[in-house]
Amino acid sequence: MNKGVAITGMGIISSIGNTVEENFISLMNNKVGITTIENISTVHTDVIKVGEIKKTNQQLVDDLQLSPENNFSRTAMLGAIAAKQAVKNAGITSINEYKTGLISATSVGGMDMTERFYYEYFENADTEKYISSHNAGDIADKIANELGLIGMVTTISTACSSAANAIMLGARLIKSGKLDRVIVGGTDALSKFTINGFKTLMILSDGYNKPFDNDRKGLNLGEAAAYLVLESDEIVKKENKKVLARVSGYGNANDAFHQTASSENGDGAFLAMEKAFQVAQLKPEQIDYINVHGTATPNNDLSEGRAIVRLFGENKTPDFSSTKPFTGHTLAAAAAIEAVFSVLAIQHNVVFPNLNFTTQMEEFNLVPQTTLKHATIEHVLSNSFGFGGNCSTLIFSKCE
Amino acid sequence: MRIKKTYINGLGCISAQKTFDTVFLEEAELNENDTILSLKVPVYKDFIPPVAIRRMAKGVKNGIVASTLALRDAQLETVDAIITGTGMGCIEDSEKFLKAILDNNEQFLTPTSFIQSTHNTVGGQIALGLQCKAYNLTYVNGSVSFESALLDAKMKIEEEDTSSVLVGGIDETGDYTMSLFKLIGFIKEENQSPYTVLNSTTKGVVFGEGAAFFALENEKKEHSYAEILDVEILNKLEVQDVEKRIIAFLDSNDLAITDVDAVVLGYNGDVESDLYYKDLADSTFANTPQVYYKHLSGEYDTASAFGLWVGVKIIKNQTIPEIVKSNSLEKSAYKTILLYNQRNGIDHGFTLISRC
Repeated sequence: MNKGVAITGMGIISSIGNTVEENFISLMNNKVGITTIENISTVHTDVIKVGEIKKTNQQLVDDLQLSPENNFSRTAMLGAIAAKQAVKNAGITSINEYKTGLISATSVGGMDMTERFYYEYFENADTEKYISSHNAGDIADKIANELGLIGMVTTISTACSSAANAIMLGARLIKSGKLDRVIVGGTDALSKFTINGFKTLMILSDGYNKPFDNDRKGLNLGEAAAYLVLESDEIVKKENKKVLARVSGYGNANDAFHQTASSENGDGAFLAMEKAFQVAQLKPEQIDYINVHGTATPNNDLSEGRAIVRLFGENKTPDFSSTKPFTGHTLAAAAAIEAVFSVLAIQHNVVFPNLNFTTQMEEFNLVPQTTLKHATIEHVLSNSFGFGGNCSTLIFSKCE
Repeated sequence: MRIKKTYINGLGCISAQKTFDTVFLEEAELNENDTILSLKVPVYKDFIPPVAIRRMAKGVKNGIVASTLALRDAQLETVDAIITGTGMGCIEDSEKFLKAILDNNEQFLTPTSFIQSTHNTVGGQIALGLQCKAYNLTYVNGSVSFESALLDAKMKIEEEDTSSVLVGGIDETGDYTMSLFKLIGFIKEENQSPYTVLNSTTKGVVFGEGAAFFALENEKKEHSYAEILDVEILNKLEVQDVEKRIIAFLDSNDLAITDVDAVVLGYNGDVESDLYYKDLADSTFANTPQVYYKHLSGEYDTASAFGLWVGVKIIKNQTIPEIVKSNSLEKSAYKTILLYNQRNGIDHGFTLISRC
């Protein structure tokens, strides 16, 4: 097996907790974050439920101790909070001591402020400062500033697989020696733009999302940010760092089927997983837990399930679950928060439950793990798929 | 282990100039009267089925045309990776969908513009058109969006499984976004023409749009244009540290200032932003032929992809067209070219290319 790249820190803020610890407690105690929306005024309030972080923008400003003149979008604030936690968790005190980078991910950048002030910009000069916050790159630049980081900073946007690609790029940058250390992850705040976008596609559930259930009706959107710190083995050795787990495999493929729908046989998903196994030099039977993309849309779960059956074999599929019933689908941040969950699964030897499941899908014999399960977890596979046919798979492994 | 080399074997460029059916800017027109330069629209139906054209965003169409041209130029049917960079993505569809939400109080919406609005639409649509299931990624980080894609492309070629990559930068203008950029002075004020890029004394830029794609391979071919030696990006840099940084970048490639046969700088006509190029022009590269290009393309997040197209063409043709010269120096041969771009001191991109 490939040794993989060391993960030495993580940070997260989601609807089930403001820290890694809080998220873990929620996952262990079936404490879900899906509620009625409060921070955004929308006509859909009564018909949708979301994974919302119950902090107002002002509270986030206070948490970060930003000046009143700041022009942070909510997405940037969530990202800065999670990234700071990750850096602290990794015990980094001098951020530019090594060649350090930041690879962030977002779907719609600063849209949460853009949609709030779109027309007001011309009437209220106080709002103008947010115009430049729309650009997706503004978020990574702001996070880098908050961290005091000067180095390689970039942003990936491949819709709902974005953060998986950020983690993959980070691992490649460490492996190639281009960077010694890199902070990787993603952030997305809820916005009217995405709520209405998914609503028009008719893939929002009117209740609680039920991944891999025969009667699933769609997804709940969520908001979150999570970042991991990846470091080279040289730093790990030199500084005697604690390694939480390793990124051992990654794969990216395109479904090349439809802009917003997945192919029936999950070609892209299959190829992404296959590549991840090649990189990790692992075999499917070595995987102890799959954190599936599992959005609970009819299309995703069928396509992903078919790809899993093709790759693992219908009766040889390891324990799997979607954690989206806890957090909602957090779009560009999803793969990052699920990376944190995957590492937690490895650290604590648990499989988190796939909540809300009652009826097996008729298309195949796949039943998710519905209760918390304690088992030895050496390797976790995590899938993330997005619009544009983007399919990405990550494999996380226990550090020997 | 010898690191695999990266060759540019095909080009496709849609811009405010005639850049795909000409030799090298011989028909370029300098427009110093407008604050927004629109691109020269290619004949889409020569590249895309008419039914699809109607649905597609402007950036998607231009991306498909430019990528098709690059592939044809390189004589490639498909590639092992498609990597794009875009600052604002398909901004016209974003505007359309957002306006519909706000104007109709979140009702009576249709998904078409939402579907088209994601930043990775261009990369996804190219993959769909080519039925290419390979690695596909989109970078969105201001003025290093394209350089990020280029850096990844070069890494892919150096890794084991990739022999060809399609890499490009795409951005489109949208009316409402342009009006917002005018409001905050990103775009120069109206009625102040001529808008000259060099020696400008005012803030703001002339905006533009474009799509430039490059077919990269790990093999040198007869029709190869140039080799990509290195790409580096950096989020922040002080004006006084630019020279030092460039010397270090060149040094890591075993090159010195005197080895650079031409330097392509990203002047955009914003008096403050362009301070970053001043010392380079006046002192560091005082004896080096200097090139600028945004007076032809306009400024946008991925304008540096147009800049790379200019640099690559200089190497291929071994001549610098008068219209892009920012000093009068010439060289008998152009072997190594350095490109440097940034905006307002944020997101700096350095690219080194050479004759192969």
